Amino acid sequence: MGNIIRTKRFWLVAPAVVYIGFFMAVPLLQMAYVSVLERGDYGGVNWGAFSMDAYISFIFERDLMDNLVVNTDYLQIFVRSFGLSAMTTVFALLLGFPTAFYISTQPQSRRNFLIFLVTIPFWTNILVRNYAWMLLLRNGGLIDGALNWMGLETGGLDVLYTPYAVSIGLTYTYLPFMVLPIYASLEKLDHRLVEAAFDLGADKRRAMSRVILPLAAPGIAAGCILVFIPCLGAYVTPELLGGGKFMMIANLIGSQFGAARNWPLGAGLGFVLLALVLISMMVYSFKFKSLPEESR
Amino acid sequence: MKVDASNPLWRFRGITSTAMFFFAYLYLPIVVLIALSFNENRLATIWTGFTMDWYVTALSNDDMLRAAQNSIVVAVSATVLATIAATLAAMGMSRGRFKGEAGVSAMLVLPLLVPEIVTAIATLLFFVALGIKLGLLTVIIAHTVFCIPFAYLPIRARLEGMDPALVEAANDLYANEWKAFRRVTLPLLWPGILSGAMLSFIISLDDFVISYFVGGAGSTTLPIYIFGMIRIGITPEVNAVSAMMLIVSIVFVSISFMIDRIRY
Amino acid sequence: MSEVVISARSVGKTFGSGADKVTALDSVSVDIFQNEFFTMLGPSGCGKTTLLRLIGGFEQATSGQILLEGKELNDLPPFKRPINTVFQSYALFPHLTVKQNITFGLEMQGISRKDAGGRADEMLELVRLAEYGDRVPSQLSGGQQQRIALARALAPAPKVLLLDEPLSALDLKLRKEMQVELKRLQTETGITFVFVTHDQEEALAMSDRIAVMQSGEILQIGAPREIYEAPTHRFVADFIGDSNFLVGDLVDGGAGKRAVKLSGGQVIALTQEVSDQRTGEVTVSVRPERLGLVAESDAGADQLTGTVSTVIYFGTDTTYQIDLGNEALLTVRMQNGSGAKADFAEGERVGITMSPDAIRVLAD
Repeated sequence: MGNIIRTKRFWLVAPAVVYIGFFMAVPLLQMAYVSVLERGDYGGVNWGAFSMDAYISFIFERDLMDNLVVNTDYLQIFVRSFGLSAMTTVFALLLGFPTAFYISTQPQSRRNFLIFLVTIPFWTNILVRNYAWMLLLRNGGLIDGALNWMGLETGGLDVLYTPYAVSIGLTYTYLPFMVLPIYASLEKLDHRLVEAAFDLGADKRRAMSRVILPLAAPGIAAGCILVFIPCLGAYVTPELLGGGKFMMIANLIGSQFGAARNWPLGAGLGFVLLALVLISMMVYSFKFKSLPEESR
Repeated sequence: MKVDASNPLWRFRGITSTAMFFFAYLYLPIVVLIALSFNENRLATIWTGFTMDWYVTALSNDDMLRAAQNSIVVAVSATVLATIAATLAAMGMSRGRFKGEAGVSAMLVLPLLVPEIVTAIATLLFFVALGIKLGLLTVIIAHTVFCIPFAYLPIRARLEGMDPALVEAANDLYANEWKAFRRVTLPLLWPGILSGAMLSFIISLDDFVISYFVGGAGSTTLPIYIFGMIRIGITPEVNAVSAMMLIVSIVFVSISFMIDRIRY
Repeated sequence: MSEVVISARSVGKTFGSGADKVTALDSVSVDIFQNEFFTMLGPSGCGKTTLLRLIGGFEQATSGQILLEGKELNDLPPFKRPINTVFQSYALFPHLTVKQNITFGLEMQGISRKDAGGRADEMLELVRLAEYGDRVPSQLSGGQQQRIALARALAPAPKVLLLDEPLSALDLKLRKEMQVELKRLQTETGITFVFVTHDQEEALAMSDRIAVMQSGEILQIGAPREIYEAPTHRFVADFIGDSNFLVGDLVDGGAGKRAVKLSGGQVIALTQEVSDQRTGEVTVSVRPERLGLVAESDAGADQLTGTVSTVIYFGTDTTYQIDLGNEALLTVRMQNGSGAKADFAEGERVGITMSPDAIRVLAD
């Protein structure tokens, strides 16, 4: 009967696995393949014609004499994406940790409700969320209006379509991912440990820095990863709040399938982004998941 | 951590105020958007009076309605497909371990790990290579992929929380495997299935990036339509459509969470 | 002896394979008789639950046979075995009412809803919860859930009822009540009960026979008194009640009997039959309450002597730790108020009395 069950389980799992395999894993592999193909003259790719142009053109471009010259345009976009993502992660942590701590000290029923409130925005449309920030941030928008009304003549806030706007929007979009894992680790934390720290003469600051923070470290690390990684791949926020002027990696990738029509480059960039994401996940799981349960 | 919040020992400086700021930050845009959608004034910023006009305008816009219809067709199809596949997979993954389980698990949550833009262009390239015409069908196929983990996780959580002895008890009481499934497993699982289906539906309804790249002429979904409108400019009509999307999402997710909390 | 209902023949069960291979049962053979309250007793991981699950059909034996009234059961799934189980977690269906839980098995057997309902009422009557039929399991206390689980498993009138540590989730007082209740149900229904527990008191109080298990093997099968008074293995003597263990050499005790010569030189005659093949060093066990103390001056030449090192007063009795010298310790439990002098102080020299039938030579 053991074998029957095993065979049956195979058939139960098969539809989902085959479906995801065929429509996701295979396309990802094919994308890697496309990235080493030659670009078609009128867009598209020349199937079967190999070329490393996509990766070369990431750093170099050909000048009129057909020499390779360094072009840092794409690199800048990568650097900007990393910078914005790092900034967003820091903002999210500064806001997210105290919030997670606050929630974890509330009575049970209230906690569930607060966590529910934290998750709600995640389930709403990302365009709409970012659009709402456009309403707030634009010149003559709500924040501008409020500042003017308070007597601070802004003469136009001029914050929409700047990296600041993008950062505000990214923080807003990915904030819940910071709060949830930190909350999860704080909730598991035995509060008697903190009381023991007080008992042993620690003041609040030290109880926080020597007991609470170290014990919440896995949650904090998870939160940072969960914010940083999707930030790197953010498409909508830079598109709307950056006004298309402040491209991030995802916009650069997207544009290769639009106006630029350079599919191999788009595929190559996509592959690099995917690799970055998978590597950070692996580093994270190696560093934190491999620790035995007690030492976490 | 179970603490008495009224105990001053647990009041760390700045915690409460930051949390208050956090929730204000989280909900200010949502509240503002919904409020402005009822504003009579065309120039959004100044409140001049309450009106439902923008909703009327939006709901009598044929293009918008067509996009909404496409969205619903896609979301319902993807939800049904994903929920069936996810339910089967969750059942296959419950009860003990097997070889390759880790790989199967990874595959089932793969769509959550890969950045949306990468999924979008990889799927696009795949359809182009296969010569499949971009349209509603391709959007449905692509949505089903990322809906599977959203449906799978709550169903799996339900199964994990279920005493394995319940199915054994049913077998013990002369129910064969099919009867045990129909009389015991399924009735206990349905809140998870329904909750997973609702999350899938919302995730599909809200998706923009993948639909944008994988869709073609005639498969404009509501988020793509809204994107086009935003690009043209901020109008009260966009506010109304956006507010409706927000409310639909919030209502669905709330119901889904309530269903998921059903315990016997 | 009545007929054999369940028979296990050289049953083995391993889990996993390769380096992870675990042997849960190692060639176990046992016969369980009609209308008997049979208990499998042992610490967790001893294989008792595995054996129960094999009988129930929830696991497949790796080797050997399991027979029900002489017919092999091995390949029958649980739903084709006329055997029902009371699960440790009770496993009451949370989405069904109490009555629907009880009729579940009957309906699956194709019994009409009406007849099944009647039978369910009888069962509720039997477990004294007649008015609880319309409740759902979450509205019942632990003890009530336990009774419903029993009623549900008994409703289809199985040939054998398997009980997997059913009392472990109950508090002490309730557990004592349920022990009596279980015994009553077994007598009233005449169904063979196969009971698994790690609680030795529970096993002694309820069982007709007990199989003591360790590391996938049955060490001893016998009536509770036999298991307690004549343990065959050190593990059995230690696991059930308290025991003292002494090491000595087997010698001839005269009159066809054997004797044990302890390391201190004392020779204790044995009433137990010990095979002539056994010679050399053996371990013997003796229960603390089968020992007595006398003042050293009253001790005979053949008696063990020692120094009282600890005295612990327990109300009904007093326990003395006696230091026999060369690091050997002996525990002696004497009843208080039984008339015998039982009042020795720490540091006092004492002699130890023991009846020869209290000494059991253990298997290696």
